[in-house]
Amino acid sequence: MSDEPVVILEIVTPEKMVFSGKVEQVTIQGSEGQFGVLKGHAPLLSAVEIGELNFTRDGKKNYYAVSTGYAEVASDKVTVLAEAAERSDMIDRERARRAKEAAETKLPKMSREDADYERVRAALMRAITRLGVSEKP
Amino acid sequence: MAALRDIKRKVTAVQKTRQITKAMNMVAASKFKFSQARMVNFRPYAGKFMEVLMSLALRVEPDAHPLLAVREPKKLRVISMTSDRGLCGGFNTNLIKATERFMAEKAREGKEIVLIPIGRKGRDYFRKRAKITNEWVDVFGRFDMTLAVEIAEDVIPPFEKEEDDELYIIYNEFRNVAVQRPMIVRILPPPSLNQNAESAPDRGLDYIYEPSADALLEKFLPMYVHNMIYRALVETSAGENGARMAAMDNATKNCDDLINNLTLKYNKVRQAAITAELMDIVGGTEALAKG
Repeated sequence: MSDEPVVILEIVTPEKMVFSGKVEQVTIQGSEGQFGVLKGHAPLLSAVEIGELNFTRDGKKNYYAVSTGYAEVASDKVTVLAEAAERSDMIDRERARRAKEAAETKLPKMSREDADYERVRAALMRAITRLGVSEKP
Repeated sequence: MAALRDIKRKVTAVQKTRQITKAMNMVAASKFKFSQARMVNFRPYAGKFMEVLMSLALRVEPDAHPLLAVREPKKLRVISMTSDRGLCGGFNTNLIKATERFMAEKAREGKEIVLIPIGRKGRDYFRKRAKITNEWVDVFGRFDMTLAVEIAEDVIPPFEKEEDDELYIIYNEFRNVAVQRPMIVRILPPPSLNQNAESAPDRGLDYIYEPSADALLEKFLPMYVHNMIYRALVETSAGENGARMAAMDNATKNCDDLINNLTLKYNKVRQAAITAELMDIVGGTEALAKG
């Protein structure tokens, strides 16, 4: 292992390899809360929730909106497998806003027992995350 | 010259057919490019996913989850995946044959089988020949992971409720543009996890699991089924277009051969007609000269 204080980060979705490269630090939205990974992190396998993922590369922060999946940390390598991941400047704000409005009008009419309740709630979470992340550089 | 005109007409007809097969070849080629890219892009995800699932499965009890349960197989559910449209050589025929052979074999062993056809061709064939519980047709034009999830949500519950004992998927594995091979894969219970439990390399790492390993497995196993089905979908889609490209390329070549042969025949008949006419004229003048 090199002496550089970096970890290798890979973000993979079913559609493509979204990111692959060396980064100084990663912050991930785990199911048990946000966690950061630096070089030398203990091996970890965590579920990833819909939320923001950011990492520092060459001193610059990058922001991504990720959907559910998981993250594996092993020997200074972080692999994030998510059903979707988008870089902040690639997000279609208009589409996210429409999705948010659609989910917001539907959700209050539903009960928690509805089969679709979880799906609509997840759609709302995704839309809110995407809007939030898209405002970052 | 009736024969001459007939041949000419035939040549024109074959030329038109050739135009169509050529166009279909090009359409299939562009679709193929897209579906192949999708297949290639999915591979790293699928590979990584299986890696993690394996390492996770090593650290839990074999019966930790209902989807890992191995039972005496009495009732099987089989997903058989064909394309929606034909004109792609033996692509669907091979798959239907493989499915029939598999079902016949299992039926001889006294097992109960229900079939879930995906793709119009397989559905049309099995409609009256097998017990079908659910079907998906006209899905290959546009599909993504949500389709795989939808199918999985139909096949997972019966296994969980112990109504089914095994779940199989039969699809055409994509080898290359010209070669697709029917594959029979058991999805549930996952074979690779149980078999390789001892042989799989333990990476010697003690993971922190967030949440617990059991809870993660609970989340991963349905995703594993989604991935298996999605993989079959992308391979079928790439294979179908590859097979159609090859079939249409062949058809175009056959048209070329036909056109060549017919043109040759046309020229021969034309030459024979000219010769016959010349003979007539020569014969006529000779008769006149004698007279």
